[in-house]
Amino acid sequence: MKIIIPKIFKSIYTFYYDGFANMKTGKTLWLLIAVKLFIMFAILKWLFFPNVLQEKFQTDKQRSAYILQQLTKDK
Amino acid sequence: MEHSDLLVDWSRAQFALTALYHWIFVPLTLGLTFIVAIMESIYVKTGDQKWKTTTKYWMGLLAINFAIGLATGIIMEFEFGTNWSNYSWIVGDIFGAPLAIEGLMAFFMESTFFAVMFFGWNKVSKKMHLTSTWLVAIGSNLSALWILLANGWMQHPVGMHFNPDTARNEMENFWEVIFNPNGVSKFLHTVSSGYVLASLFVLGISAWYLLKKRDIQFARRSILVAASFGLLSSLYLVTTGDESAHQVALTQPMKLASMEGLYDGEKRAGIVAVGLLNESKKIGDDTESFLFSFEIPGALSFLGYHDMNAFVPGIDDLVYGNKEHNIISISDKMLQGKLALKALREYKDYKKEHNMPAATKALKVFEANQKYMGYGYLKNPKDAVPDVSLSFYSFHTMVGLGTWFILLFILALYYVMTNEIEKKKWLLYLAVATIPLGYVAQECGWITAEVGRQPWAIQDMLPVGMATSNVAATSVMITFWLFAVLFTALLIAEAKIMLKQIKIGPEGD
Repeated sequence: MKIIIPKIFKSIYTFYYDGFANMKTGKTLWLLIAVKLFIMFAILKWLFFPNVLQEKFQTDKQRSAYILQQLTKDK
Repeated sequence: MEHSDLLVDWSRAQFALTALYHWIFVPLTLGLTFIVAIMESIYVKTGDQKWKTTTKYWMGLLAINFAIGLATGIIMEFEFGTNWSNYSWIVGDIFGAPLAIEGLMAFFMESTFFAVMFFGWNKVSKKMHLTSTWLVAIGSNLSALWILLANGWMQHPVGMHFNPDTARNEMENFWEVIFNPNGVSKFLHTVSSGYVLASLFVLGISAWYLLKKRDIQFARRSILVAASFGLLSSLYLVTTGDESAHQVALTQPMKLASMEGLYDGEKRAGIVAVGLLNESKKIGDDTESFLFSFEIPGALSFLGYHDMNAFVPGIDDLVYGNKEHNIISISDKMLQGKLALKALREYKDYKKEHNMPAATKALKVFEANQKYMGYGYLKNPKDAVPDVSLSFYSFHTMVGLGTWFILLFILALYYVMTNEIEKKKWLLYLAVATIPLGYVAQECGWITAEVGRQPWAIQDMLPVGMATSNVAATSVMITFWLFAVLFTALLIAEAKIMLKQIKIGPEGD
């Protein structure tokens, strides 16, 4: 048992390492994925997309009260 | 235009933009995973290396599409939290479970077996590899299940209870949400449309190879699989479309009437096969709805209610009511909705004052009128009518293109089986030209579904005007253009990488 577990991990590591190393178009795709995720999470989400209710209120009770007020206010 | 109208319009435009771009990538993945699984199954069964080459080539294009489309849907989650926070709060408990399952399923199933599918050639056994490919196909389709069930719930909310203390919908019956007929039919119709799109994609690219007189055998093999799978999927798509229309008739009659430009309800209502809407037609007037139209008698009654003689309510019946057919007018629903909102307000105020008997009484009034709560926010009964032109033309474009796809698959299958496909250049050109039409049909399907249910974010419960956050319209406008640039860049990247791979061909990379 002591030998099997590291061997499995080593096999998994080699499997992924070889897979990534032998990629051709895949390397471009991974770069594209990384850039895209960076733009989405580090720029767009952080700068432009706050969770309005999470940021504005501390508790769910406050959030409920706010939404109820929004739902029932006279328009 | 008022600030609130501007905000709602930009929020809707932004969501539409992200959803429509996201849906460029998703259906191809849903269908192409099954096509490569079928191709690989033939390889494993026959041991023919040419099928392995064929499988690997289409798998490569699948990888490009998957990578570029990856996470484009997450932007919609951002928008829920920022632009649609009222909506997110109100539906939170309903969406939480299905989306959590989707996230876990997508992460574990797809990412694990995707790796085996792409990196595992010659490293795992043929059968293990084939199993992984099938699991990727099943997993990616099951991921779509959860989000489509959530959408189905918005179109027909079931299995939940609105809690007036928390202003949230709370799940009462998980299985009712899972087996919501609207959600199930939406899932089946949507994923099968993805199979059709992927078949058109494989067919069109293979036709291009034949026109270029290169990779002939590879192209013929691919066309055989694409045309067979495409034809079966198209026929299945017709049955799922029939069920979707039936569900729409039962739960969203206004959407059905808009899809068909039907203003005056009738028994034995026909489907407009071809028609041009009269743009000067107004709700409630006597003007003709169409400048010209060719109808199939009784078909709409059959499609909607599975009865050729059934009465299909028109827009005027639904707006002004129809006593003969027990249809309540929008004005009456608005009155009930206003009563519900007033009672909810009173309930909240009495509770704050600890006047529990009065609060209980107000709650009873709310519960009695809650069914039409959303109508209380409408200013005019005509606000309950969606954009008829957009609903009608997008629906008919989708159906028209779907009919063409069936014919195309039949012709391609026939000529590839009679070894004449290379000689039919007109068919090959049509197959190439049909690739973008597949995408047009996809987007038209979503426009029909989403525009047709307006003004509702949640059917009869929450109009889009109440679903938005109190944020600046200009900030939504700015992020709209940011997304337009980002998604267009992604689309150009996909097209460039994809075209490069197509030019290299199956014997290349």
